[in-house]
Amino acid sequence: MTRKEWSHLIRIGLLMGLAVLVVSVIGMVEKFNERALIVGYLTLGQLLLYIPALYAGYTSVPAGEHRAMPQRLLGGVVVGLLAVMPVILLILVASSWPGIRSYFVNISPNMVKILTAGKGVGPGIGLLAGEMAALGLIGAAIHLIPDRIRKPIVTAIIFTVGFALFSDVSLNIANQLFARKTVRVLFGTKGITPLATVIVFVISLVAASLWTWKGREAYARRQANMSSEQAKRSQRIATTVLMIVLLTLPWVLGVFLTDVLDRVGIFILMALGLNIVVGFAGLLDLGYVAFYAIGAYVTAIMTSTGNLGMGLSFWLAVPVAVVAATMAGIILGIPVLRMRGDYLAIVTLGFGEIIRVLVRSDLLKPVIGGAQGILNIGRPTIPGLTFTTPQHFYYLILLACLLAWFISGRLRDGRIGRRWMAVREDEDVAEAVGINLVITKLLAFAMGAAFAGLAGSLFAARVGTIFPNSFELLISINVLCIVIIGGIGSLPGVVVGAFVLVGLPELLREFDEYRMLMYGALLIIMMLVRPEGLWPSPITRREMHAAEENAAAVEAEHSSDIRAAVEG
Amino acid sequence: MSILELNDVHAYYGKIHALKGVSLTVEKGEIVSLIGGNGAGKTTTLRTICALMRPTVGSVTFNGENLERYKPSALTAKGIAMVPEGRGVFARMTVLENLEMGAFHRKDKEIGDDIDRIYELFPRLKERRTQLAGTMSGGEQQMLAMGRAMMSRPSLLLLDEPSMGLAPVLVEAIFSTIVDINKQGTTVLLVEQNALMALNIADRGYVLQTGAIALSDSAKALQQNEMVQKVYLGIE
Ligand SMILES: Nc1ncnc2c1ncn2[C@@H]1O[C@H](COP(=O)(O)OP(=O)(O)OP(=O)(O)O)[C@@H](O)[C@H]1O
Ligand SMILES: [Mg+2]
Repeated sequence: MTRKEWSHLIRIGLLMGLAVLVVSVIGMVEKFNERALIVGYLTLGQLLLYIPALYAGYTSVPAGEHRAMPQRLLGGVVVGLLAVMPVILLILVASSWPGIRSYFVNISPNMVKILTAGKGVGPGIGLLAGEMAALGLIGAAIHLIPDRIRKPIVTAIIFTVGFALFSDVSLNIANQLFARKTVRVLFGTKGITPLATVIVFVISLVAASLWTWKGREAYARRQANMSSEQAKRSQRIATTVLMIVLLTLPWVLGVFLTDVLDRVGIFILMALGLNIVVGFAGLLDLGYVAFYAIGAYVTAIMTSTGNLGMGLSFWLAVPVAVVAATMAGIILGIPVLRMRGDYLAIVTLGFGEIIRVLVRSDLLKPVIGGAQGILNIGRPTIPGLTFTTPQHFYYLILLACLLAWFISGRLRDGRIGRRWMAVREDEDVAEAVGINLVITKLLAFAMGAAFAGLAGSLFAARVGTIFPNSFELLISINVLCIVIIGGIGSLPGVVVGAFVLVGLPELLREFDEYRMLMYGALLIIMMLVRPEGLWPSPITRREMHAAEENAAAVEAEHSSDIRAAVEG
Repeated sequence: MSILELNDVHAYYGKIHALKGVSLTVEKGEIVSLIGGNGAGKTTTLRTICALMRPTVGSVTFNGENLERYKPSALTAKGIAMVPEGRGVFARMTVLENLEMGAFHRKDKEIGDDIDRIYELFPRLKERRTQLAGTMSGGEQQMLAMGRAMMSRPSLLLLDEPSMGLAPVLVEAIFSTIVDINKQGTTVLLVEQNALMALNIADRGYVLQTGAIALSDSAKALQQNEMVQKVYLGIE
C-alpha cells in the first residue's frame, strides 16, 4: 500500500476512534445501553460503539479504487483496531485511576463494565478490540459483494435496525390490532425480540431484492411510458390514498403516537410560516416564537374559564389570535425593514425575548398570569363534540396544516412569490425592476406571523394550560432548524424536517438529554454532506446542479488540457 | 421639454457633500455621456435620479414632473430603467427568468416578443437562456443586466459604467448595442470612465469633477477640449 493510502486509513481510523471516545466520555454509551434494540442481543449503546468501526471499515477503501482483496481486508482490520484504540486507553485510565470521575462524571465503573462486557479489564479489552476489528473487516468486505446482492442486504440491515429503534411505533400499532400475547412474542418493553428481528430482516431483504432486481426498472419503464392523462390519474389516486391514510392515521396509531403527530403538526404549521419569511423572502427571523406566543395567549385569554379569561368560544378566538399575530408581524416588520442579514437576525431575536419577558413580567401578571400562566383554556366544540383527545385535535391540526400548505404553494407560485424571490436574491436589483421592498417584506412578515399565530392558538387549545416557559428562544431555533434541515424554501422539506427534528426525539426519549448535541451534530453533518436540505426545493436543487455541472466542466477542461500537454 | 432635468442638485452621504449643485439636461432621443474620475459623483448622480437618494437641495424632473414623491420601485413603471454599477442581475435565476423579472410590472401580452427582441440585440443571451445568471461571465452578465433593464420598455435608460472590467472587444460590442438601443427610440444617459468610447457614441457630454459639472458641450467639442484630452483621454 502507498503512503497516501496508509495516511487515509490512519485518518479514518483515528477519527472514528475519537467518535467512539466522545460518545463514551459524555455518557451516551452508558445511557443508551439501557435501551434494548434486539432483546438480549443488542443494545443501542453497543450499536453506538459498533457503527463507527463499521463505517471506518466501509470507507477504508476509497471509492472507485480497486485494490486486491487481501489488502482491502487488511485495511478494514487496521481501521477497526485504530477506532478502538482511544477507548481502550480510556478503559485503562478509568480502571487504574478512579479519581478521573471528579473531572469526567460519566466515566463510571458501570461504563467500563459496559465497554468490557463485564469480563474484566484484560479479557474485555481483547474482546472489544476483536469485535471492532471484525466490524472493520466486515465493513471493508461489504465492498467485495457484487452490487446486486449488496444493495438489498445493506437496505435490509438498515431497515431492521431502524425498525428496532422505532419499535415504539410498531408496538403501538400492534397493540391496537392484536392480542397482548401475540404482541409480546414480537416486542420487548423496549426493542424487538430475536424472532421479530429475523422476520423483519427476511421480509425487508425479499422486498429490497425484488425492488433492486425487478421493481426499479419496471417502475422507471412505467413512468416513462405513461401518458400525461395516465400520469394525472395516478397522481390523483396517490393523493386520494394519501388523504385516506391521513384521515385514518390517528385510529391506527393510538393515543400516544397521535399526540406526537399533533406536536409535529403544530411545528409543521410554524415552519411553513417561517419558511415564507426565511425561505421565500430570505429574511432571517430569530424571534419567530413571539408570534406563536401571541396566538397562544390571545386564545387563552379569550377562551379561558378561569378568573383571567373571558370564556368565549375557541372559534371566535382563532381569527382574533391570527389577526393579532399578523399585526405584531407588521409592527415588527416596520422598524426592521432597512436591516439586512445579521442585523435583522439580532433585532428579531430581541423582539422574541421582549415578548417572552413581557409575558412573564409582574407588570402584566393581572392580565396574562405571569409565571403561573393561564389555566382552564377552553376546548373547541362543535355540535355533538368537544375536542379533548389527541385524536380530536389531530383533525383540527391536519386541517390547519393542509390550509397552510395550500396557501404557501399558491403564494409561492403567484406574483407575490416572484417578488419574494427577487428580494431574496438581490434587494437592489429587485428595486430596480420596480418591486416595492417595503410592501414585499411586510407581506412576508405578516404571512409568517399569521401561520405562527394559528399554531399558537391550536397549541393553547390542545394543552389547556400555557406558561411563559413554553415560548422560549429554543422554539425559534427549533423551527429555523426544521426549515434549514428540511430544505430552505421547500414545502415537503418543511414536513420532513419537522418529523425528523420534532417527531424523532419524541420517539427516542433516550436521546432527550442529548437532544441539543444531536441537533448540532445533525446541522454540521447536513451542511457538509447535504447543504441543500433533506428535500430541497427545485430552485436550490437546480443551483446545486449548476455548481456540479460547472465543476465537471472545469475538470473536463482541465483533464483535456493535461491530455493535450501530455500528447503534445 | 427635456426628458430629464437636474436642477442644482446637492446630495450628502452623512457629512460628505457628494454632489455640489449638479445641473444637467437630457433631451428625448439623445445619448448623453457623463464622464469623470473615481469618486467624482457619477454614481451618486444616478442614484439621485433613481430616487435611491433624495437631493437635499435642487430637483430632478422627468418629462416635466418632479420625481420627489416617487419611490425607487415606482420609477420603472414611469419609464426609467437603471443598470447599476457592477451589473445587476439575479444570480440564482436563469437568463430567461431575469428577463421576465425585468418585465415584472408589465401586464401586456407582448413580453414574449420583447424577449425575442432582446435576444436579437444580444444573441449570446439566447444561447444561454437556461443558464443561471451568476454562473455567466462578467460581460455576459452586463449584457443580461442591460437586457433586463430594456424589458421594462424604458423611455430613459441609465447605465453606470457598462464597460467596467470588460475586454476591449466586448466593450466595443456593448457600446454598439447601446447605439442600437438608442436608435430604437430609447434615450440613454451613460456614465463612464472610458471617456473615449463614451464620447464617440454620445451626442452630448458632461464632465463631472468632485461633485460639480466642470464642462458641458457636444461630444465632438469635448473630444477636442484640451483639458478633457489631457485628463480623460490621456492625450498629451
Ligand atoms: N455610501 C456612501 N457613504 C459615504 N460616502 C460615499 C458613499 N457612496 C459614495 N460616497 C462618496 O461620495 C463620493 C462620490 O461617489 P460616487 O460613487 O458617486 O463616485 P463615482 O463617480 O461613481 O466613482 P467611480 O467611478 O469610482 O464609481 C465619493 O467621494 C465617495 O467616497
Ligand atoms: Mg461609480
